[in-house]
Amino acid sequence: MKTTFLDFEQPIAELEAKIEELRFVQDDSAVDISEEISRLETKSQAQTKDLYAKLTPWQIAQVARHPQRPYTLDYVEHMFSDFQELHGDRSFADDHAIVGGMARFNGQSCMVIGHQKGRDTKEKIHRNFGMPRPEGYRKALRLMKLAEKFSMPVFTFVDTPGAYPGIGAEERGQSEAIGHNLFVMASLKVPIISTVIGEGGSGGALAIAVTDQLHMLQYSTYSVISPEGCASILWKSADQASVAAETMGITAARLKALGLIDKIVNEPVGGAHRNHRAMAQTLKRALADSLRQVADLNPMELVEQRQARLMSYGKFKEVAN
Amino acid sequence: MSWLQKLLPPKIKRDDSAARKSIPEGLWSKCPACEAVLYRSDLESNHSVCPKCSHHQRIRARERLNLLLDPEGRFEIGADVTPMDLLKFKDSKRYPDRLKAAARETGEQDAMVVLQGAILSVPVVVACFEFDFLGGSMGSVVGERFVRGVHAAIEQRVPFICITATGGARMQEGLFSLMQMAKTTAAINQLAVRKLPFISILTDPTMGGVSASFAFMGDVVVAEPNALIGFAGPRVIEQTVREKLPEGFQRAEFLLEKGAIDMIVDRREMRRRLADLMTLLTRQPATNA
Repeated sequence: MKTTFLDFEQPIAELEAKIEELRFVQDDSAVDISEEISRLETKSQAQTKDLYAKLTPWQIAQVARHPQRPYTLDYVEHMFSDFQELHGDRSFADDHAIVGGMARFNGQSCMVIGHQKGRDTKEKIHRNFGMPRPEGYRKALRLMKLAEKFSMPVFTFVDTPGAYPGIGAEERGQSEAIGHNLFVMASLKVPIISTVIGEGGSGGALAIAVTDQLHMLQYSTYSVISPEGCASILWKSADQASVAAETMGITAARLKALGLIDKIVNEPVGGAHRNHRAMAQTLKRALADSLRQVADLNPMELVEQRQARLMSYGKFKEVAN
Repeated sequence: MSWLQKLLPPKIKRDDSAARKSIPEGLWSKCPACEAVLYRSDLESNHSVCPKCSHHQRIRARERLNLLLDPEGRFEIGADVTPMDLLKFKDSKRYPDRLKAAARETGEQDAMVVLQGAILSVPVVVACFEFDFLGGSMGSVVGERFVRGVHAAIEQRVPFICITATGGARMQEGLFSLMQMAKTTAAINQLAVRKLPFISILTDPTMGGVSASFAFMGDVVVAEPNALIGFAGPRVIEQTVREKLPEGFQRAEFLLEKGAIDMIVDRREMRRRLADLMTLLTRQPATNA
């Protein structure tokens, strides 16, 4: 697969193009240029590493939305076995923007639920760009209750621009669907372990991420509103998205510092999209760790701990009146 | 525009509109729906509902609580919880300056007032959003006051009521605001486990992160007439789907028709209806008050 380069990656793109060119002529070449190629490859690696070491929040938002970034089903393929996809909310439809089903994680039965985006235009439309409608959240809820019934841990993968703002979605109760998930997840009697793998877009993300352990991939984002949305409301211009991204604090590093997430999972050099398999392996280790941390709690302790965590969210002053 | 208006020189039109606006502030008020000119004290004694067309105007949190709760035995919860600027957030204004301006305008420290008291002698804890404080947006303080209200209801073993009037989550507190959705809804879950009633009253407007968290988790979900209620704002939806929104879309009557809410209650009957709902839910005899 040929890597798609983002705007700020142009220097790397040029280097890679040159390497490609040299490789092409190498076969017909009388002189040995393999040394030159490997020199350029090292340079490209170093440059990528440098560039990714100091990405701005807005650049990170671009990486989080990279068209080649691994999506939920990619992680399912690399981290789980025996995946049995389960469909539908039993009352209206099957929403393709959320996928879910049973699988084995290191041999143990579990439930997997995640937002799903599409790669090509056709699939993007099929997946509604990863923006679920109420039936998607209701499917997720049904699967969580199923997991609770059969004592399976739930793994969720967050990757959505947000819940879909459409006429039908409103008519069928988008608000209620999201709220109901938050309500039920607050006391679900099995472990819930969530990972933001790309975009964590607002309530549409939170609706599958009320959790015992919250991970974020290094170049993922999680925010109350998209940087563009925030900019267009507060700055009256979507062009200020980069400023909004900076101010809102949407990156894994910033949110870890603010105490809102548990763990940052490092990505391969140059981002998860350059090596799906390596990314999945790192994440799998992190998830196994997290699962071990909550495995010994009985259901009551688990729920108590989750609720204590939920109640602790927020920062305010207390002044005596 | 009629042919007569077209003939009139623009200067005269301007004078005309200026004259209409110059009705003295405070004494008279014009209904935004039917344009009837109303004597302000008449409007207030009618719970800020237009006596001509029954349009429910937005009202301030304390005014609403005054209308709802019995005068005696009120006790405020969480007033000592006040906001802070943890992200050093700045758009065209600094967040602390916005907070200060909102406090000056409303006399409140944040967008929620919680009172413990009674409605027609039925003890209750009521949380009410203040829309005039940064659009009634939910940040850390709103979340914390809400939770303290719920916990007070649990301690006293009384029902909890929340009246929403909000644009949604508060952007200036970033992800902390989003997490208030999970926090408030978890508190409602704690209330539910103890079999204490939660009545959710949706007023104009109830949108975004508040709508999509506890607002629809009421044992009974009530709305005021014509209130705008929804997840995404009408403008956002229009831009996304690029078609005209149906008549009455996201209004209380529309939601009732779609099965999203239990009932629409006129503000002037709210006190009576809430007392009835609470006594029914807790299997108490009806109040005679």
